Amino acid sequence: MWGGGEAARALIRTVGRRRAVGDNHADLSLQAGLRGTLQNRNWKIQLKACSTLPVPLSEMRSSMLTVKRPFSTSRSSVDPKEIKKFQFLAQKWWDEEGEYSALHSMNDIRVPFIRDTLLNMSSNYHLGSPLSGVKILDVGCGGGLLSEPLGRLGASVTGIDPLEDNIRTADQHKSFDPVLAQRIQYKSSSLEEIVEESMETFDVIVASEVVEHVADLEMFIKCCSQVLKPEGSLFITTINRTQLSYVLGIVVAEKILGIVPEGTHEWEKFVPPEDLEHLLESNGFSVKTVNGMLYNPLWGSWSWTESTSINYAMHAVKSGAQGQSSPTDAPSEMESKHHSATAGTAV
Amino acid sequence: SAYKDKGNINVVSKDMYLLILGHDVHFHDKKIALLEAGPRKEYNHVPDTYSNRVSSISPGSATLLSSFGAWDHVCSLRLKPFQRMQVWDACSEAMIVFEKDDLDDMGYIVENDVIMSALTKQLDAVADRVEVFYGSRAVGYTWPLPSHSCGTSPWVQIELADGRRLQTKLLIGADGHNSVVRKEAEIKNIEHQYDQSAVVATLHLSEATNNNVAWQRFLPTGPIALLPLSDTASSLVWSTSHEHASELLTMDEESFVDSINSAFWSNVNHSDFIDTAGAMFRSALSFLRPSGSAVRQLPPSVAKVDPGSRAMFPLGMGHATEYVQHRVALIGDAAHRVHPLAGQGVNLGFGDIACLAHHLSAAAFNGNDLGSLKHLLKFETERQRHNVSLIAAIDLLKRLYSTKLAPLVLLRTWGLQATNALPPVKVRTSLLCRL
Repeated sequence: MWGGGEAARALIRTVGRRRAVGDNHADLSLQAGLRGTLQNRNWKIQLKACSTLPVPLSEMRSSMLTVKRPFSTSRSSVDPKEIKKFQFLAQKWWDEEGEYSALHSMNDIRVPFIRDTLLNMSSNYHLGSPLSGVKILDVGCGGGLLSEPLGRLGASVTGIDPLEDNIRTADQHKSFDPVLAQRIQYKSSSLEEIVEESMETFDVIVASEVVEHVADLEMFIKCCSQVLKPEGSLFITTINRTQLSYVLGIVVAEKILGIVPEGTHEWEKFVPPEDLEHLLESNGFSVKTVNGMLYNPLWGSWSWTESTSINYAMHAVKSGAQGQSSPTDAPSEMESKHHSATAGTAV
Repeated sequence: SAYKDKGNINVVSKDMYLLILGHDVHFHDKKIALLEAGPRKEYNHVPDTYSNRVSSISPGSATLLSSFGAWDHVCSLRLKPFQRMQVWDACSEAMIVFEKDDLDDMGYIVENDVIMSALTKQLDAVADRVEVFYGSRAVGYTWPLPSHSCGTSPWVQIELADGRRLQTKLLIGADGHNSVVRKEAEIKNIEHQYDQSAVVATLHLSEATNNNVAWQRFLPTGPIALLPLSDTASSLVWSTSHEHASELLTMDEESFVDSINSAFWSNVNHSDFIDTAGAMFRSALSFLRPSGSAVRQLPPSVAKVDPGSRAMFPLGMGHATEYVQHRVALIGDAAHRVHPLAGQGVNLGFGDIACLAHHLSAAAFNGNDLGSLKHLLKFETERQRHNVSLIAAIDLLKRLYSTKLAPLVLLRTWGLQATNALPPVKVRTSLLCRL
């Protein structure tokens, strides 16, 4: 009778203009929906029915190891075409609603994951800057999407990326903020290139959405171990190699929804958590946590899930006393097998 | 020219929403600049006379003020708790009483100057983080592009009248219902000027009483409210036509006092039909719930008005279609303006700041860019959901009670009687009234 409802609706911004904001309750129900589908192993059909697509989103980070001055070995661990395909994306890093929106929203869970894990391991807490005094290496920092929040939390961050464009983007973006300008430094470099100058330098290494682009994963992990201080933490987020991740990560995300630019991922390079865990354990790390991550494209938000069948996050700690294997060690049997598959499908 | 200050947050303030953010633990390394047009105001002792601008502070707002120590200052200065609120209709016998069963306070009448003074004192405690620019005026705002592009600053830039320049990650507009921030940000505002002005004054009662009841009577010309200040003094908020308000302001003090007493006591607007219908409905209700209805009390009579305390201002309602944009948030009257009949204006504002502080604190703890639209939208959604229904309800009440039309009077009479008699409905209404 009073038309109060209509008046009320007229008073607020129109729903169409609103950008999606995560809603916990909605997330939970959608997540439950997915878990159900996984259990049924009938996901293709059910996926349509529940109309939610937990799409694995890649960080489109560039490959970690560049062609230039490969470390201690003649073997290049870099995929040259990987570098090319990211060059044209570098300008677009900082649009929260743009191509990298899923990476921006991934900060909502990966930053707390890193922060809380580190807070649990340390005894002192600085009000307002919980990561104060922590030296972090952000490998494959891209445009600085993860380096900046870690810097704001007080950490001193070194972000490296082999793509000069990315580093320029990241450098320019932080330069407007005097606090970040002081806490973060970016360097156009591969992980291998900084090993020599950075032995046992960092408290923490973050490699988020990176390892699925790395050609030589074991060498990557060895390098991580070398630049980490004893008892240092390694955080990895990446995507699993399962049928589901193929369908969602490549078919749906790249080809149907276009959330991720086509050609971003090669499914064969995706890393199963068991393999990653094995590699870490055999290189002097002890794996502490493996958590599944789920993307909800309707809300544009991420949540934690038990299933690691698509995206997952891992926390590993470098063992204290044990000596590390030398960087010249030959790659393990399993690792070379792993990459022969990649080579087979290249180009 | 070089930017002098790189603040994390700037607040442009006109009203009382100073800086609650400064006290949050996750803001310990954030810098906040507060632009205040007025001079620094702080009481060591309250003046003998009461200010004519008062607010009804809900227990929720009092809790918020306590959370960072400002409420202690309010208590040490001056406030008057009330335990009961009686609202009744000039056109019928209908009335509703809100009261707490326990001895808790329903709310507090506090002079705006006292709240300002308490907040100013508390600002000093966070002086290392909050810099206040008293007597400052912003003359220009430069907004950043939504997505970062090379060469231009990604922050909001503010130019002050004295030539100083600031830049900030987040600009909070708390600059009242004529918000310049809102206009400069080109945020649409839906507004409506009521055909009413509010007359305020400080009144002295004929005799000392407990004076712990807030009184409000709906006259066809608008609601008149008597809010307790002390055992012998009350504050008047009388919403009425512009012409009548001007008359009230210019008439001699004795006639003014008579007008107030008659507004509370007169039955000239009653009609036999409504009285009969109301009485029948009430007896039907008492048959259903013999002990349901609360007892009607009589308001105190007014003896005199504080000389020079009379003032008037026009009333209106307004609502910003958006509370936030990239690097901008509106709070308080800048986002929404309501009729004073429910005494909710300031409490809505405090609710805004509590909500914004909560979301910004979470954002800071996640290392987010404080000006990012993502968490600002969470604030907007939460507050609009709350505010819009309340604003619509207040507007509806204002319209419903601005008539002598028998069907509407009968409807509201029965509505009020039923509400008064039925505790569950009343609890909900009371919650609505108290934010």
